[in-house]
Amino acid sequence: MATVAAETRASPYADRLRRVFSARTLIVGVVLAAVAYLAVVPLGFLLWQTFVSSGHLTLERFRDAYGKVGLSEMALNSLAFAVGSTLIAVTLGTTLAYLIVRTDVPFKPLMMAASLVPLIIPGVLHTIAWIFLASPQIGILNQNVIGPLTGGRAFDIFSIPGMVMVEGLHLAPLVFLLMVASFRSMDPSLEESAIMSGARLPTVIRRVTIPLSRPALYASILIIVVRALESFEVPALLGLPGGVWVFTSRIWRVLKDKPPDYGAAGALAMSLLIITSLLVFWHSRLAKRGRAYQTVSGKGFRPRPVELGIWRWPATFLIVTYFVVAVVLPLSVLAYASTQLFYSPPSRYTLSHMTLDAYRNVIHTDLFASSVKNSIILGLGSATTVMLLAAVASWVVVRTQLPGRWLIDDLAFLPLIVPGLVLGVAILFVYLRSPIPVYGTLWILFLAYLTRYIPYGMRYASTSMFQIGRELEESAMTSGAGWFQSFRRILLPLLVPGLLAGWIYIVIVSVRELSSTIILYSPGKQVLSIVIWEQWQNGEFPELAAVGMMMVGALVLLVAVAYKLGAKIGVREG
Amino acid sequence: MLTITQLVKTFAGGRGERGRVRAVDDVSFEVEDGELFTLLGPSGCGKTTTLRSIAGLETPDSGEIRVADRVLFSSMQRVRVPANERGLGMVFQSYAIWPHMNVYKNVAFPLQVLPRRRRPGRKELRERVERVLAAVQLDQLASREATDLSGGQQQRLALARALVMEPPLLLLDEPLSNLDAKLREDMRFELKRLQRELGITGVYVTHDQVEALAMSNRVAVMRAGKIEQIGRPREVYEAPKSRFVADFIGTSNFIDGVVAAREDGLYRVQTPDGELRLRSDLDFAVGDAVVVAARPEHLTIEAGRSSNGPLPNRWRGRVEARAFLGESVDHVISVGSREIRARCNPSISIPAPTEVTVTFPEEACSLIPAGE
Repeated sequence: MATVAAETRASPYADRLRRVFSARTLIVGVVLAAVAYLAVVPLGFLLWQTFVSSGHLTLERFRDAYGKVGLSEMALNSLAFAVGSTLIAVTLGTTLAYLIVRTDVPFKPLMMAASLVPLIIPGVLHTIAWIFLASPQIGILNQNVIGPLTGGRAFDIFSIPGMVMVEGLHLAPLVFLLMVASFRSMDPSLEESAIMSGARLPTVIRRVTIPLSRPALYASILIIVVRALESFEVPALLGLPGGVWVFTSRIWRVLKDKPPDYGAAGALAMSLLIITSLLVFWHSRLAKRGRAYQTVSGKGFRPRPVELGIWRWPATFLIVTYFVVAVVLPLSVLAYASTQLFYSPPSRYTLSHMTLDAYRNVIHTDLFASSVKNSIILGLGSATTVMLLAAVASWVVVRTQLPGRWLIDDLAFLPLIVPGLVLGVAILFVYLRSPIPVYGTLWILFLAYLTRYIPYGMRYASTSMFQIGRELEESAMTSGAGWFQSFRRILLPLLVPGLLAGWIYIVIVSVRELSSTIILYSPGKQVLSIVIWEQWQNGEFPELAAVGMMMVGALVLLVAVAYKLGAKIGVREG
Repeated sequence: MLTITQLVKTFAGGRGERGRVRAVDDVSFEVEDGELFTLLGPSGCGKTTTLRSIAGLETPDSGEIRVADRVLFSSMQRVRVPANERGLGMVFQSYAIWPHMNVYKNVAFPLQVLPRRRRPGRKELRERVERVLAAVQLDQLASREATDLSGGQQQRLALARALVMEPPLLLLDEPLSNLDAKLREDMRFELKRLQRELGITGVYVTHDQVEALAMSNRVAVMRAGKIEQIGRPREVYEAPKSRFVADFIGTSNFIDGVVAAREDGLYRVQTPDGELRLRSDLDFAVGDAVVVAARPEHLTIEAGRSSNGPLPNRWRGRVEARAFLGESVDHVISVGSREIRARCNPSISIPAPTEVTVTFPEEACSLIPAGE
């Protein structure tokens, strides 16, 4: 009697177990396949297309590409550009981070606001704003500040120093955020004990602070070098007019040729990928050695801010200047440009003839309406898909004992080292002649954004997953919930803040994306960043500025929402 | 050696009307040469802030700090010597061992950053570092990476680094709290031995009463920014002057009562559950409300009722529960309306429920003013 009863009770339970298990297997399987497909297929095609010709391994494409282009000059330019931008970004970002975290310098909120600039001002707008500010012909700064100071000599922004300055300024906040995190996590008593040992502040900084932040410094340098190498906006907008070619601008150029030279594009993209991979590999070896430096923080006694004394004034000057140069100038020049009918540098006449016509003209074009729609669809679609994929994939990595789960982690991070333009080329190779009809539609951009932002999604999802104790899920299981139920009702709700932060971040970056988009978009399927790019090519400056201002406004709103949610956007970037 | 006078330090507090929290509130004390002086109290009592003010890592609002007749801080004279010029040694709670330097370099650092004219030559520097490393028994590990040391070794390294300058005063901020229990006990004696042998004057901050009692020459018990009581460990333990001190150091049974009579130092206290006779150096008048604090280990219990009825200091009770703690047996005994705790030698173990007689020794109970 008793055994029969037990059996009838056990059998629906076993049934449910089987059902749940299959739901789990199905979902996990699909997600893993998707992640693997996104990460592997484009790179595989890129490799195949560049190294294999009619069934044979060959370096022919490289020979052709470099024969035409002239390797040495382009490589030297790329190197100078990357090293210069890194020097500026790292010096500026680290100094500012130290001032903000460790000293009693005033105006700290100003700097925190400035650190958001790269998020809210897309690279293409930032670069164009700097052309308005510092081009030798129409640059406002050249006409009003630099010219008078140097007796008529203008600063030429269409040169390597100009490119380095603009790129460095745009990347400095990234270093700033990384170094702020590093300085904050450092046990303050390590510095205090140096002070108690009798050391003066400069000695403390030189012998304790800097050596201890070396891992973060190396990481920043790596990220900035890679970012500068893969940067497209600055080389295209500032480099091309002055004839300064780098990898990215050259790749774009050979694809614009009629007919496009896919072989050369592949070879150049492959070269860039090899360089960035080598850098990442070298850094991971350095990081392994640096692990010994990790310090355990004691009880969090709030570090006493270093009193700068007389140095407070230069420090204040640096922060205010940075804020003006990085935030006020670019935004004001864009705002000014958007109020004109035809762009010319500010004068009494132009300032008294301000109008909102540019906004009106832009808003009423079909192109604007469709590109806004496309941008929103792509932003929301890719952010949602990425976060869902990432939530499941990071669950597999963090929570399961699945053999080979490290592979998923690595695969999901793979696109991080692939420059946007290279990814564009790779995806182009996949779908150009593929039976899957996505070329010429928004889908190809969607696939590109998915691939590009999966690593960021994974970062957000797995950090929040680590923070949620395993026993919360286990107690759901022991309460009788199945895998899918405990995933959906326990884990997902707890993950929401982290996932939402990641989601907003991905919306923001997809809306601004240019370097993959520029390779993959087709006429009639524009997005906002492409509209700005085309407006620049067509010389529609006021309209461009108007679109830009609206875009900045929307991004400010998104960032503000993200901050309200308490998410630390940006810190996780890179 | 060290003189602290009317030290006050406030921090910007919450949004309350008062606005500022008085972390250190009018604290004064003196530390003699060769003495180990402990600031003891719960977290947030101001002990660490006091220590950091002596170090110069915190700037007090007012007061004066002198070390060996040198004024380090004085709000009246507007003196504030920077932390790096005070020449004091400090051991941090987290040890603050620099992970990018080896053992030798960690210890050499304070000598290397001395002003040029006082900086020792290479040979002397080496000798001094080796001497101090030998004193803490780390001389074999001089070339070891600092991060490869065990917790106890890191602790000794931090001590060596603080001592290498031969500072007039050593500041210790909960130096043992990151060690596990067994090691902590060993280091307690080790630290005490070093302090005595090297004749170090030290200010020691801890929230661990056992540590404070075991190591210090004198203890200052702090509460909410103020010093409640200063005294030798035995004094503070046996004659607490306030309920807070009696409660924070060790455990106590508190019995409320009223002073019924007084003859010299001998008081008779009437409580709801009977009369207690005890001695106290403090001054109370007949009719004052008081609290009697009795340490569990000072109470004795015997099974059975005393033959001649309730006497002063001999109360009837019943064992309600007992717990075997290894080195002692705790009994919870109900006496009249209350429960008191008695800690007995393991040879005495009385099961519940048993009628017992509890004896309060005259000398071992202390009298505390009521209130607070």
